[in-house]
Amino acid sequence: MKHVVVIGGGIAGMQSALSLKKRGFDVTVVEKSNRLGGKLLNWHCLFPSFTPATEVTDTLKQRIADSGVEVRLNAEVVEFDRHHVVLADGERIECDAVVLCSGFTLFDARIKEEYGYGIYDNVYTSVDIEAMLNKGRVELKNGGRPRRIAFLHCVGSRDEKVCQRHCSKVCCVTGVKQAIEMKQLFPEADVFNFYMDIRMFGPGYEEMYREAQQKYNIHFVRGRISEAAPTIDGRLQLKAEDTLTGRPLKISVDMLVLLVGMRSNDDNARFAEHSGLQCAPSGFMAPADMFLSNVASGVGGIFYAGAVTAPKSVGEVLNDGAAVAEAVTGYLG
Amino acid sequence: MAAIDWGFSINRPRTIDIDNNNLRKSDEILREMPELQCCIGCGACTASCTAGNLTEFNFRKVHTLVRRGEYQGAYEEMNKCMLCGKCRLLCPRGINTRGVVMLIKRKLGDF
Repeated sequence: MKHVVVIGGGIAGMQSALSLKKRGFDVTVVEKSNRLGGKLLNWHCLFPSFTPATEVTDTLKQRIADSGVEVRLNAEVVEFDRHHVVLADGERIECDAVVLCSGFTLFDARIKEEYGYGIYDNVYTSVDIEAMLNKGRVELKNGGRPRRIAFLHCVGSRDEKVCQRHCSKVCCVTGVKQAIEMKQLFPEADVFNFYMDIRMFGPGYEEMYREAQQKYNIHFVRGRISEAAPTIDGRLQLKAEDTLTGRPLKISVDMLVLLVGMRSNDDNARFAEHSGLQCAPSGFMAPADMFLSNVASGVGGIFYAGAVTAPKSVGEVLNDGAAVAEAVTGYLG
Repeated sequence: MAAIDWGFSINRPRTIDIDNNNLRKSDEILREMPELQCCIGCGACTASCTAGNLTEFNFRKVHTLVRRGEYQGAYEEMNKCMLCGKCRLLCPRGINTRGVVMLIKRKLGDF
């Protein structure tokens, strides 16, 4: 039986493994951490339906457990080609094809020093907010309830200053989703979203945006915050231009949430160099073709699925998993 | 002795100061017409506006300023509207723009 190794045990890796197994391949998932689920494990719920993220991760994990897919945890890949995957402990796994599902790396908000993440209290990232929602405790550093919350879109996306020219795609929708969640938790609070563009690309997203505006009275200000500064009473003063009125705007808030983007995986360059793969200028892996071979790598026997090639939503990642099984079947016959 | 005119003056800051602006009227307006909050700033209203083509009147800008608590001059600006309703035919978010004009005039008549 042909053996396929899936590198990465996030949702892309799990769905790819399941789809490959269904087509009769012998499948091994290698995951560097000690559990399956990847970054989605830290997520509270998913836009636009507010479905708990555990519904996706737990279902996939259960299916993997029932499927007979071999899972290798705590197994970091150092290099691979179509016939071998070499782990950090020196073990070589023989195979006939490899699916790279190593995902993305989160943008480090501390790099945008002007927003004070890690410097001032009550500056959080969208990832921190999901973790707080998971714990069931969203609050200020002093335990208080925020009366005014600002979200800033495009932190580490569409920004040449931090070498991230691409759009991370999902943060707009996440920002609107989290703004609604904040308004549900703190109905008395004013919530402001500062954005450059609002990109609501999927089904139900625009409707959620409209609901955020009309039903939840969330304020949207088109303008990028230039800086955050602490006030004498421990709050944060933000400066932006309200570009729709052409006037500078200042506002003090209790909490600032930075919608951090997805950047290319730190491992991409190393893998590309060793395996002869191509990276796009953004650093994400470049598929062989944007349309007809978008899960193929251009190197025979090496395939991609999920956010290793571009920022993607959960649904798109899962589709990639099914698509890659089709492509591998075409290759291995 | 008359004060000497040194030729200097002080500009009022142009900054919209959300902390110090009184948002009570703005909240009232949005409570009466929550749909106004749905504006995505496309400018179709202003593009179609006859008054806006002949004067400085900019409906989108005036109601955005009102929502930020900047009421100065809003009533006078809205008086330039001839209530023809072309903007309402165009608004992609379905906002009753003519209703917004009337509401802002009613709420901000004393500003």
